[in-house]
Amino acid sequence: MSELLLETRQLHKSFGGLHVTRDVNLRLQAGDKVGLIGPNGAGKTTLINLITGVLTPSAGSVRLAGEDVSALSQAQRVKRGLVRTFQITQLAPTLPVRLQVEMAIHEREGSIGRLWRPLGSYSAVQDEAQAILQSLRMDALAARAPVELAYGEQRLVEIALAMALRPRVLLLDEPMAGVPTGERQVVLDALASLPSGLAILMIEHDMDLVFHFADRMMVLAEGAVLAEGSPAEIRRHPAVRAAYLGEEG
Amino acid sequence: MTGLPLHAPPLWRQVLPYVALLGLALLIYFVFPDQLPMAARIAALAIFVMSLDLVVGYGGLATLGHSAMYGVGAYAAGLLAMHLTGNPLLGLLAGACAGALLAFLSGLFLLRYEGLTFLMLTIAISQIAQNLASKLRTWTGGEDGLSGFAIGKILGLASFDLQGRVAFVYCFAAMFICLWLMRRLMASPFGLACVGIHQNRQRMAALGTRIRWQLLKLYTIAGAFAGISGALAAQVAQIVGLDTLGFELSAEALVMLVLGGAGNLWGALAGTVIFASIHHWASTLNPYHWLFIIGGMLVTVVLVPRERWGQALARRMQVFRRAAAPAGGSS
Repeated sequence: MSELLLETRQLHKSFGGLHVTRDVNLRLQAGDKVGLIGPNGAGKTTLINLITGVLTPSAGSVRLAGEDVSALSQAQRVKRGLVRTFQITQLAPTLPVRLQVEMAIHEREGSIGRLWRPLGSYSAVQDEAQAILQSLRMDALAARAPVELAYGEQRLVEIALAMALRPRVLLLDEPMAGVPTGERQVVLDALASLPSGLAILMIEHDMDLVFHFADRMMVLAEGAVLAEGSPAEIRRHPAVRAAYLGEEG
Repeated sequence: MTGLPLHAPPLWRQVLPYVALLGLALLIYFVFPDQLPMAARIAALAIFVMSLDLVVGYGGLATLGHSAMYGVGAYAAGLLAMHLTGNPLLGLLAGACAGALLAFLSGLFLLRYEGLTFLMLTIAISQIAQNLASKLRTWTGGEDGLSGFAIGKILGLASFDLQGRVAFVYCFAAMFICLWLMRRLMASPFGLACVGIHQNRQRMAALGTRIRWQLLKLYTIAGAFAGISGALAAQVAQIVGLDTLGFELSAEALVMLVLGGAGNLWGALAGTVIFASIHHWASTLNPYHWLFIIGGMLVTVVLVPRERWGQALARRMQVFRRAAAPAGGSS
């Protein structure tokens, strides 16, 4: 049986009287590819923010490889292998792409705070950054800054940064959001090339993509889990069809 | 831009600016000997503006209270010379420690905040420091300033002379070393992290960066350099006034930084030289309106992006040539 990497227990978040996440139980094992869908405002990104430590839950817990990480900071969770991407690309706009990947590797290796050795002397880090970019077929973009890149390419940089952190659990928040049709294939290829042992939770509005990518689905509505099962089961689920896909039961 | 190239430039390109700077210093020393006292003050002040560049240009922290670190560095060097030793290098060390300590302690509190709140609180810190210095008359001399201390020979070789030759060499050497040190520090993974934090905090948090800790390190390092700058100024002038802790110095330094361009330290140096030179020459010509020139330059720098200067100049030249051509043809 695969190792249980991520687990949320009765995760709940409310802002005053507004309950945005309601007792969500989630389990991700190594190699799992779980798709998280739900209408706008269902609380999908809030759930990711709770898991990663950006938001503090009102109740419940987050466990990473058996360890309760609920009280840990976002940085401490990243160090334990919990990594995310963003719905709206978050990059340093004028830093060359390879430097950003190097930055992620330095962060992973704990050398980011070093004051004296010049960046150029970390040849192993440079080689690894180049290899990551090559694996995503982005080596030609290494010297360019995100402001000079197409949006689809920027999404790839986000994925490259996530890979540089060597995650155990990867949370992908709408990797296709805003990607023009002509640039979709490069992102799809990048997603297909992710390591097989990784536990992935993907939020996505593109139904074709998420049903194709995930081997298990979870549907969120008004902060609560509406349904869970295989993609085929979710397609047939009457409550999902009614609430999410807009079909009568 | 970032000031961090993907590939380290060849050695000669790294060394060339330092050689040019050295050449400029030699030129000033031999060709403009009557300007040496002013050049010494500019060199000392440049360290302060460069330290501000660390905070503003690299870390993205808008501050108007950086003079607090400069001032405590100046008082520390002055008090050391008055009560313990006039050794100038120990004075610089005392200034660095005092500036770093104040930056560290105030940074623990200040860096919990961002943006306008951070800016206002930095002003508050410098005002508190200034008021404390004013109240502690026994130690600081209050409104009269701290004076009456003597500075010993530099490296046991030379004392400050009336022409300002030793002061210039001393301040320039300190500035040269500080510039090299700062550039070296910011070319490290730490410098990269600071630029990353400046450009996108959310991204850096998602990479697992301890943002406040890295900024505290940066703020403390910048405080140390500001303290060195204050100590240098105190040693050269042999008086420390309350204005060293004041808001005006921070604001002027920020203007210098904007003039020269933030985020690579060379701009801070250029901005200091430009501002101080204009201050010197233009205020001689017109003591009441010289700030108009600075104001005009600031507007130009802010409105015209640096990368467009070349293009704008080329366009102007083209217009000028076109206008000149018919006139030439008709004559």
